[in-house]
Formats: sequence, structure tokens, C-alpha cells
Amino acid sequence: MLLRLVFRNVLRHKLRTALTLCGICVAILSFGLLRTVISAWYAGVEASSANRLITRNAISLIFPLPLSYLERIRGVEGVKTVSYGNWFGGIYIEEKNFFANFAVEPRTYLELYSEYLLPEDQKQAFLRDRRACIVGRKLAKRFDWTVGDLITLRGTIFPGNWEFVLRGIYSGRDHRVDESQFFFHWDYLNETLKKTEPLRADQVGIYILNVANPEHAAETGARVDRVFKNSYAETLTETEKSFQLGFVALTEAILLVIQLVSFVVIVIIMAVAANSMSMSVRERLGEYAVFKTLGFGGAYLGMLILGESLLMAVVGGTGGVLLTFPAARVFLNYLGDYFPIFLVTRQTVIFQGLAALAVGVAAAALPTWRAVRVPIIQALGRIG
Amino acid sequence: MSLLFFYSLRNLFTRRLTTFLTASGMALVVFVFASILMLAQGLENTLVETGSYDNAVVIRRSSVSEVQSGVERLQAAIVETLPEVALGPRGRPLLVKELVVLITMEKRQSGSPANVVIRGISEDSFLLRPQVTVSVGRTPRPGSSEIIIGRSIEKGFEGADLGKSLFFAMRSWTVVGVFDAGSTGFSSEIWGDVDQLMQAFRRPVYSSLLFRLRESSDFEQVKDRIERDPRLTLEAKRETTYYKDQSEMMAKFLRILGFSLTIVFSVGAIVGGMITMYASVANRTREIGTLRALGFRRKSILIAFLMESLFLGLLGGIAGLFFASFLQFFTVSTTNFQTFSELAFSFSLDVSITLKAVAFALGMGLLGGNLPAIRASGMEIVDALREA
Repeated sequence: MLLRLVFRNVLRHKLRTALTLCGICVAILSFGLLRTVISAWYAGVEASSANRLITRNAISLIFPLPLSYLERIRGVEGVKTVSYGNWFGGIYIEEKNFFANFAVEPRTYLELYSEYLLPEDQKQAFLRDRRACIVGRKLAKRFDWTVGDLITLRGTIFPGNWEFVLRGIYSGRDHRVDESQFFFHWDYLNETLKKTEPLRADQVGIYILNVANPEHAAETGARVDRVFKNSYAETLTETEKSFQLGFVALTEAILLVIQLVSFVVIVIIMAVAANSMSMSVRERLGEYAVFKTLGFGGAYLGMLILGESLLMAVVGGTGGVLLTFPAARVFLNYLGDYFPIFLVTRQTVIFQGLAALAVGVAAAALPTWRAVRVPIIQALGRIG
Repeated sequence: MSLLFFYSLRNLFTRRLTTFLTASGMALVVFVFASILMLAQGLENTLVETGSYDNAVVIRRSSVSEVQSGVERLQAAIVETLPEVALGPRGRPLLVKELVVLITMEKRQSGSPANVVIRGISEDSFLLRPQVTVSVGRTPRPGSSEIIIGRSIEKGFEGADLGKSLFFAMRSWTVVGVFDAGSTGFSSEIWGDVDQLMQAFRRPVYSSLLFRLRESSDFEQVKDRIERDPRLTLEAKRETTYYKDQSEMMAKFLRILGFSLTIVFSVGAIVGGMITMYASVANRTREIGTLRALGFRRKSILIAFLMESLFLGLLGGIAGLFFASFLQFFTVSTTNFQTFSELAFSFSLDVSITLKAVAFALGMGLLGGNLPAIRASGMEIVDALREA
């Protein structure tokens, strides 16, 4: 009986219900997309491994470390493999074609990042050729590159035009791996610098350390830093995760704004839904008075209103959640350059569901209070 | 007509709760709309004011920003002798050779790390940037480990206080002053003697050169001269252009964000407005019939309902702007990824944003009220009076 009344009530004002549903749907959808943007921000953190440590110059990331540290780091207790690399900051044709490009020591790097899957023959070809580079699947698709292509990058940090031969295209082991990066031989960079700018040669941006046991990662990091304490270039070693979190923290103000906005959108739709409910209730005050006269209690009326509001929130919310997935795909097409990874997580969906429920409950609160409180005489005598 | 005007107004007053909810929904949308515009405007103000039109910046070719750039001493000396460089008060070229590096500092509130610009300056650096004035203390003495910090740094970062010292590059540096650079990007920088800093950071090259043009119109000529000289691997930009280019990506990001958010939000608000107006049309069928029977034309009814919805929009718009105007007290400090360094800017409200926001609010009201008003004006007198 209660359920039937709820359904009937929902369908009474088809236009209003449709509009409210559409509003809730759009709000839940945008809430989901905004949460996805936030989780895309943390993609680098998600993809980091507990086994890896990053050592960089303690002053800031733009200062390099000498290559001579390599052997000393390798000698530190607990360190298994050491790789190193530089942020190259090259531009492909135009600045808007931005993608991350690194000069890395290829053999150890591929060993450390086993989540980059590269066919064995391509891997060998990459290792053999000093001018070789490898790129992620998405990046190759973006610029239509195939193995064997010549790629020229214009250096911003290291001046000049740099030519590379594409020798391999890697794919990620799972969806968390960033498939839009570009790697090439650190030796190519270094040997060229020896000729053009000898002062800047033999310098490394970051060292990447593999530790045998992630539980001892913090100790190992501290041990590395102790080795270089009071030297020309002091180091700061942290887990890959906190290194990536550092990048997130840099833009935390923007992140905060997006987070805030994702809640504001829910508040707006609460206002819209509450409005629509309060109108329905006002129109039906006379009927509620009849209910009361017949002996139905306040709780029953409350259930009636809450049920209607929740039903709308659930239907609208489900629509929003379902639409999030195709919308995220469209988003990725347009913003793939900004966010290499853009996936709707389970957590996002749960948040969406909770938000929809909150909208349903909040929208019913005021109208219920009003319907329960109004004296029968006044409600019956009311017009319009 | 004035009767209909009051009819609309009083109707909004009678249905207070609904009016309040609808208007506050619209107010939130206008708030978001205005705040994003204000943020973009604030960013632009900061970067436009940072440079002067008569100054030219010289950096290494294709290095995009000072942080990536490097200018050797020899090349700097060549640029210094160019005839287009203005002469300073002591008869020397008004050109400063500066070093720009980044250090990691912790923010006061969150303790999270941020990259702060350290600028090695020469004596004339203050002269070339008239927008920078020392507000407390004094300028660092040349040849000493003294630094002067920008106002945003003093406010935002741990340990940056007058009289204290900061430790970086294996030395401690005493803060001897705080400078105020208005809303420019310099407020987020730390300045010290260039030669001392170059020693400490072990950087044998300058990052950039900045000079005043003898004649503002000389710029093309000197740019050409610098970029053609085979001894130089440098490029010249007007200081204003240089700072504008640096914020391009961030400005674009803010624009995309603002645009998509506004669209999504306005859908919500228009739906809300429509629901309200449809309901108020449906509730007042009999009233509409009466009005028509009294002789009001269809057009007048249409206008009355449109007016009501415009009032709603206006109410929301004013409320949204009212709350958005308080945002001007806030400063946003975030990393500009193009320069990889911290930049502080504030929300700024001007007349054009106010007008845009109000127009936007009225537009939402109009869109939301359009269909319901047409429906109201289309009713037949007899049907309207009979229904109840």
C-alpha cells in the first residue's frame, strides 16, 4: 500500500519528476567525473611500488647529483639495484604536444619497472642502439608512431634538436601504468653533453633504488642520505609513493578547489530536489490532512514523502552512475594529454551512491517536517 | 502593467521556501561562475603586472622559462654592450644579470613542500622593477649572505621571518627584509646577492638578463640583433610577454575547468528554475484564468511570468555575487607547472565580471521560465477557471 502510493505520487507530475530526475542525474554524473579527475591526479601515487626509493638532490629537483654517487649508493646496505635518469623536458614540434620524456639507464630501468611490458626483440633492439627510444602505447597512438620512426625533440633544458629512433612500444601490466611516456638512453644525452656542454655532463637527475625488503625502505633511505651528509650535493631519499605525493602537493590548491566544487554540485542538487519535494508536499497538504483525519500517524506520512524522495534520488543517481562510464571515456579523448590515466574507480561509484542517498534524505527533511506539523484544519482549509 | 509587476513580486514572497531554495541554487551557480572568472582574472592581473613593457628579458633559446635557462658570463657581457640598452643613473647600462633557482620549502599551514624561486639579484634589480618596494627592513648588502623575501613567502612559508635565517645550499642566509611587490609574481620569490648565490649553488652561469630599453620601440631591433648574433644562443622577449607565456597552460586549465563546471551547474539551476516556475503556473491556473477574464492579454501574462523568473534569477545572481565578493580576501598559492615554481594570486572582482555574472543569472532565469510562461499564457480562460 505504502509502496504503491509512493509510485503513484512519483508519477503524478510527470514533467516535474522528469526534470528533477534529469537534475539529479546530471549532478551525480558531474560529481563522479570530478572525483575521477581527483583520482587521476593521484594516478602516479597509485602506480608507485613500495619496493622503489627515489634519491634526489636535497635542495630541490632541479639540482642534479653527480654520477659518481652511483657506486656509493649501490654499496649501501639493503639496496639491490640502482637505476638513474634525467627529466629531459623535450618538446615534440609544438609546446602543446606535451608528454613526459626521460633519459634513463635502460637496462636497470626496465629491470626496476617490470610493469612496462616490452616484447623481447624490441627490448634487445632498444638496448643495442644508443639513439633508440621507447614510448608507451597511448603516446604512440597519439602521434601515429610505429617502430622504426625517427622522432626529433627540441630540448628546453638541454639545448638543441635531438633525434631518436623508435625501437619499441611498451604497454602496461595493468591499467594503473602510465602508457604515455617516452624513454631513451641516458648515455646518448651524456655523451652529447660531453661534447657541447662538458660542465653539465655526468650529472644525474634522480636515482631510483630497488630495495630487497619494503619494510626496511625507510631505513635504507636514511642510510643513503647519511652517506652524502655534508657533501656538495646532499641527497633526499624517499619512497616512490611520497615522491609522487610531493608532486600532488604542489597543486594541492587546485585539487582543493575541485574537491570543494564536487561537494557544491551536490548541495545545489539538494536544493533543487528539496524544492521539488516541498512543492509536491504543499500541493498535497490537503490529502495529508485527510490521511491524518483517518488516523494515519506522522511516521506514515514521513515514510510516504521520504520514500518518494528516495525513489527519485535512486533512479536519478543510478542514471548518473551509469552515464559516468561513457562520459569518462569521452573525457579521456579530450583531456588525455593532461591526464594519462582516467578511470572510474569503485570508490567513486560508492561515493556517487552515497551522495544520491544524501540528496534523497535531505530533500525530504523539510517537507516532511512541514507535512507532519501542519494542523489538520489549516491544511484542509488551504487553497492552492 | 504595474499590477502584474507587484503580482510577480508578491508571489515570490508568498512562496518563500520555494523562492529561497530556487534562488539559493542559482546563487551557488553564480557563485561558482563568478569565482572561476575571478580566479582567472586574478591570475592574469598577477602576470600582467609582473612585467614592465619597457623591459626585455633574455634567456637561452627555446628554454621557455628562467629556471631552465642558462646564460654564460661571456654572452651576458656581449648583451650588456648593445646600444639599445638604456643607461642607468650612474652612467652604466641598466642591465641586471640574474640567477634563478628553485628550493624546496615547507608551507606554513599544511607543511607540504613547494618549490620557491630564489633570485640572485644585482644592485639595479630594484631599479628595473619599480613595482617592488621594500616594506620592512632593508635590501641585502652585496657580497653578503643576506636575503630579502617577498610578502607571500613571509605569509605562506615555514621559517620565513624577518631576522631569522634560512638554511639552503649548505649556508644559512639571514632574512634582512621583506619586500612588497603588490599582486605580482615577485611576491612569491626570495632575493639575494647573485654572486653569493651562484657560488653557493655551484652554478657558473646566469639564468637570465633583464634590461631597460633605451626606446621602447627599439625592441624588435634589439631582439633581431641578439637572435642573429652567432656568438649568442639567446632569445629576447618583452618582460610582459615573457610572463604572459608562462601562465598560458594554467590559464587554459582554469578556463576549461570553469567552462565545463559552469555548463554542468547551470543545467542543474535551470532545471530547478523550471520546476519552480511550472509549479507556480500549475498552482495558479485559476488565478491566471481570472486575470485573463479581467481583460489581461496573453502577452501580459507571458511577461508577468517571465518577470517572476527573472526576479528569481536576479535574486540568485545578487546573492551569489555577494558571497563571491568575499573571496577577494583569499589568496591562492599553487605551482605553475610551466615554471615548476610557486605562484600566489588572489581572486579579483571587476565590473565586467559583475556584469557577466548578473547577465548569466538573468539568462538562467529566462531559460528556466520560458516554457512555463508560454504554457501559462496559452491557457484558455474557460479551462483555466474550471480547473482547480
